[in-house]
Amino acid sequence: MIGKLILIAVGSAFINNVVLSQFLGICPFLGVSKKINTAAGMGSAVVFVITLASFVAGVIYKYLLVPFDITYLKTIVFILVIAALVQFVEMFLKKKMKGLYQALGVYLPLITTNCAVLGVALTNVTKDYTILEGVVNGFATSVGFLISIVIMAGLREKMEYNNVPKAFRGMPIVLLTACLMAIAFFGFSGLK
Amino acid sequence: MRKCMERLFNGLFKENPTFVLMLGMCPTLAVTTSAINGIGMGLATTVVLVLSNIMISVLRKVIPDGVRIPAFIVVIASFVTIVELLLKAYIPSLYAALGLYIPLIVVNCIILGRAESYASKNKVIYSAFDGLGMGLGFTFGLTCIGIIREIVGAGTLFNMAVMPAAYEPLTIFILAPGAFLVLAFLVAIMNKIKIAGGKDTGVGGNCDELCRNCPNTNCGGRTLAGKDAD
Repeated sequence: MIGKLILIAVGSAFINNVVLSQFLGICPFLGVSKKINTAAGMGSAVVFVITLASFVAGVIYKYLLVPFDITYLKTIVFILVIAALVQFVEMFLKKKMKGLYQALGVYLPLITTNCAVLGVALTNVTKDYTILEGVVNGFATSVGFLISIVIMAGLREKMEYNNVPKAFRGMPIVLLTACLMAIAFFGFSGLK
Repeated sequence: MRKCMERLFNGLFKENPTFVLMLGMCPTLAVTTSAINGIGMGLATTVVLVLSNIMISVLRKVIPDGVRIPAFIVVIASFVTIVELLLKAYIPSLYAALGLYIPLIVVNCIILGRAESYASKNKVIYSAFDGLGMGLGFTFGLTCIGIIREIVGAGTLFNMAVMPAAYEPLTIFILAPGAFLVLAFLVAIMNKIKIAGGKDTGVGGNCDELCRNCPNTNCGGRTLAGKDAD
């Protein structure tokens, strides 16, 4: 049991890294990775939302969609659940946890359109994970996102001082960096 | 009629979603391992884009402003589910190849972006052509990347061998890093052409990365993505 959970966790955090090998959540990965602080904020908000969303989506799937035999509606239901959840989390944090809201608040509205959230919820279902396995998978996947966005932000802060060819400035050099990071992450596939 | 053609041209070239707006990056990178996958993904997105643009334009006076985003998402998600079930029934090979990325068309920012910035404000016929233009532009971008990756990475084009037998395929191009590499070079070439032409890249100056508070609704997240391209 524990062994399987660890296997899922390592697999989704490193071997099948959500950004670098599954290409989910590319928009924030490229858009919000200019500074380490903002990248870490975005990453933590994603960890928080994905872990919560995989739990809620798992419960709704198991106790609502499966008994009524309407699993084909899962895409519609999940995206609405995620949108509502993000709104709810934002309101809750604003009222009850001021400190956390100031740290994560600005990133929350951007997360609804982060395809990693919906991607994880759907993966949990297609792989027949139990609710606990789904939550572990969601947590590990989002930690993988946090790791890669922070590494990327660190590299981009260093690159500010480099003399990049004119045509490669901006997006192309970032994509090249992502390419090299993806190659590096291939090393983890030896863990299998 | 003229405006319809203008919309088509706009989506295909002037505001090409892949190369100019840099929207919908996830499917762009993920499914372009071969030309046929690129076309399949592009056309599936086009169908959803046209249908949702039509539907949202029809309903634009019915949907209250306060709940428009959830309403748009429900419309888009319904069409995505329809397309997913149709693909599963009639083109199972493509369904297997695209897998998770078909339901993820829902969160493709191109579709919500067009719904918000165009279809919710314009007539049905123009919205349909706007969706068609954007969708074909997206298909064009995906197919370009798919063709390059398939030729270099597998030595084939649409599953037919095109390279001489002595050619050793560079497998990394059809793996994850190849996606980043090819897109990096394509965008760099676009930049080079733009620099040579002396054109403004059209990036707004005062984007603070907070789309929620931003009054510029036509941007659709473009300035946020484009900020890195300036």
